[in-house]
Amino acid sequence: MPTFGSFALLLALSLSVYAFGAGALSLLKSGVAFDRLGETARRAGIATFGAVLCAAVALLWSAFHDDFSVAYILHHSNRDLSAPYKFAVLWSGQEGSLLFWSLLLAAYGFVLRLRHKVDVRLVAHASVILAAVQVFFLLLLNIAANPFAMTEGAAPPEGNGLNPLLQYAEMVIHPPMLYLGYVGMTVPFAFALGALIMRYPGEKWIHITRRWTMVTWMFLTCGIFLGAHWAYTVLGWGGYWGWDPVENASLMPWLTGTAFLHSVMMQEKRGMMKVWNVWLIFTTFLLSLLGTFLTRSGIISSVHAFAQSNIGDWFLIFMGIVLLTCGAFFFKNRSHLKSEHKLESLVSRESSFLFNNLLLVVSCFAVLWGTLFPLLSEAVQGNKVTVGAPFFNRVNVPVALLLLMLTAIGPLLAWRKTSLESLKRNFGIPAAIATLAAVAMIIGGIRPWQDVAALYSLMAISLSVLVAATIFSEFYRGARVISGHSGQGIFASALQLTRRNTRRYGGYIVHFGVIVVAIGLAGSAFNQEKEQELGNGDSMQIGSYTLTCRSYTQDSRPNYDSEWAIMDVYRNGKYVETLYPERRFYKASQQPSTIVANRSTMQEDLYLVYAGRNNDTERPIIKAHINPLVSWIWAGVLLMVFGTLIALAPSALPVRVQRVVPVPAAAEPGAAGAVVSGAGD
Amino acid sequence: MMRLRHGHRAGAKALLGIAMLLVLAPLLAATDIDARFSSLGHKMICSCGCNQILLECNHVGCPNSDGMRNELTAALQRGQNDDTILESFVQKYGPTILAAPPAVGFNRLAWVMPFVVLALSFVCAILIIRSWKGSPLSAAAHAAMPSAVIETIRRETDI
Repeated sequence: MPTFGSFALLLALSLSVYAFGAGALSLLKSGVAFDRLGETARRAGIATFGAVLCAAVALLWSAFHDDFSVAYILHHSNRDLSAPYKFAVLWSGQEGSLLFWSLLLAAYGFVLRLRHKVDVRLVAHASVILAAVQVFFLLLLNIAANPFAMTEGAAPPEGNGLNPLLQYAEMVIHPPMLYLGYVGMTVPFAFALGALIMRYPGEKWIHITRRWTMVTWMFLTCGIFLGAHWAYTVLGWGGYWGWDPVENASLMPWLTGTAFLHSVMMQEKRGMMKVWNVWLIFTTFLLSLLGTFLTRSGIISSVHAFAQSNIGDWFLIFMGIVLLTCGAFFFKNRSHLKSEHKLESLVSRESSFLFNNLLLVVSCFAVLWGTLFPLLSEAVQGNKVTVGAPFFNRVNVPVALLLLMLTAIGPLLAWRKTSLESLKRNFGIPAAIATLAAVAMIIGGIRPWQDVAALYSLMAISLSVLVAATIFSEFYRGARVISGHSGQGIFASALQLTRRNTRRYGGYIVHFGVIVVAIGLAGSAFNQEKEQELGNGDSMQIGSYTLTCRSYTQDSRPNYDSEWAIMDVYRNGKYVETLYPERRFYKASQQPSTIVANRSTMQEDLYLVYAGRNNDTERPIIKAHINPLVSWIWAGVLLMVFGTLIALAPSALPVRVQRVVPVPAAAEPGAAGAVVSGAGD
Repeated sequence: MMRLRHGHRAGAKALLGIAMLLVLAPLLAATDIDARFSSLGHKMICSCGCNQILLECNHVGCPNSDGMRNELTAALQRGQNDDTILESFVQKYGPTILAAPPAVGFNRLAWVMPFVVLALSFVCAILIIRSWKGSPLSAAAHAAMPSAVIETIRRETDI
């Protein structure tokens, strides 16, 4: 089977090279023969998916059959590994990850090429670009990181096992989600570059790729937050985001991708920001590659750097080629990207999108800057410095607060120009509600003048309330119009409003999810933690909780040994639950792992970690955390995904347009989506 | 008589206050040390190479984190101030022990640059907006595509 896998990879490379070469030639030359050549290139691209799929199946077959003659299987699997984790072997190491990346890229290409009739010429351009990216990954797989490389000497009877940190249910989902996000960015990138090469009208490529981009963004969002949830429940340090270079690498394309999702509206609606949009998607794609480069090159130390090798050089060269190609075509065809409209006022929806984009890109820059600063410091000063959580929090929190402010104001602004009277009218009640929320929090005990973390927390929650109030007011205003026309109740009208303009109101739901996440993040300012050694019957106090160690014990399983404590939890003296913080020691890999016991409510998490045993007394050391509002983060992500799905759904009742009329300046921003039949613009 | 009684009450209150302060002072000091331990422990990383914040380093058998935490506790109990403690850790373990670069010398650039870029980008944005306001429209892109198609797309992507 390894031989079959190697052959499949070689075949896939040949097919990709053909899809790229023949496809490019057919685009350069005209005539029936070249059209046919282009069709064969498209089919070769489709067949690439089949070949890469065969290679992936061959690797999985080797994992499930414990074929330790394959070095990759030897290093990432063992006989007692359960079936779902054997499946996860595919992306648990470098070679497998690259194969998985290639598989997803081929799958995206497969769908794209099947749907080529949406715009044959543009898809042909995008297909060639996708094939070029595929050639890079398949070259890597065939030359530098072959997953079917054989073990030196005789195959050992047992493998080294999967990294224990990866033996967790979410780990079966998190990497695929993240990869779907990373790889998916290749599709809008390919369309953007293709459209630029052929001087294609901007709106249409954006229109074609809108759903691709949103789906990709949704996967990336899920991947990032699943990773955060995994870190929270597995790593056992009490947090969910450590600003590790690999976490940063996933956040950067998310930030620019989010900026892109907003700025394309400017192009769709007003024909503006074309240069910005093109470079934003180029940057997003490059940042997806940069993440892999940072982790695999070993130039930045990271807890995620499970396997470092020389493929970092490959990525650096490839990124250079991509940047040069993008730059060359941009300079050649930049005249095509001139704006159709001018900005009429600083107080307009266009301005809010522009500043929203700037903040997202600056935030991305701050993350990149902090991630790379140790290298710069070493080059200039001769010594490395650490740039960790204190830096990233201090730099990014103010930017995030400004973004929240814009999220509140943006929807209240009309396209082209908003009158101050209209802004005051729409903003007054939400601002009053947010102010009341801030006052209530100060009365409730938050002291923003004592601690900068408390100040940020207060601002984040107040601004989140402001955003929520503006979103509700938007729904209410639109629903009231429909209710007035149809006589339906306000909730039924709000539902109908959403169905009529899924993109707009789905977007508001995503924004609502974002503020729920922001409130959850703001809770971290009030975290508490305590560590104590506990014998049978001993207790520790943290916040309103009393934790009593009823007993502690140990066990042995085929895959791991474990020890855990049985902790009775009392709140204000009343028994609430028994928790079992655990520590495992995996036999094959000889590595420990933490199984956190977490009592999660919407108010707070009581998070218990079995930190180890005192070697002298043999008693367990328990680390307890109280983490307020963490559940809000996960609930917020679900809302973001729900909102994205709503925005992806086609509008049930498209707004009928009898005649095209320009948007009146200072129009009620909520009215456009609410009008039953009238100006759709 | 009333004044004497009032004076007695004031004295008793003062004595009570002093007594409470004496009882609570060690507790307040302990709380202060706990808070400083947490604050300083989050400003440093573990020296074992795990790249985790000192108080968050939790891997089994870490050779360094327990010792560093004990050093931190001892320094706090000796009454050293935060700067002295951080400086002593830097001298012992090197500058990478700090979780964020101190804002001195070249490292100041790390802190300043994101805000400089933010300020510059806002200035650039305002300049771009001004130039947009003054520039004529480009009809080239409109001409490249029938306006009906553009209108259809914009209607479908109404936002």
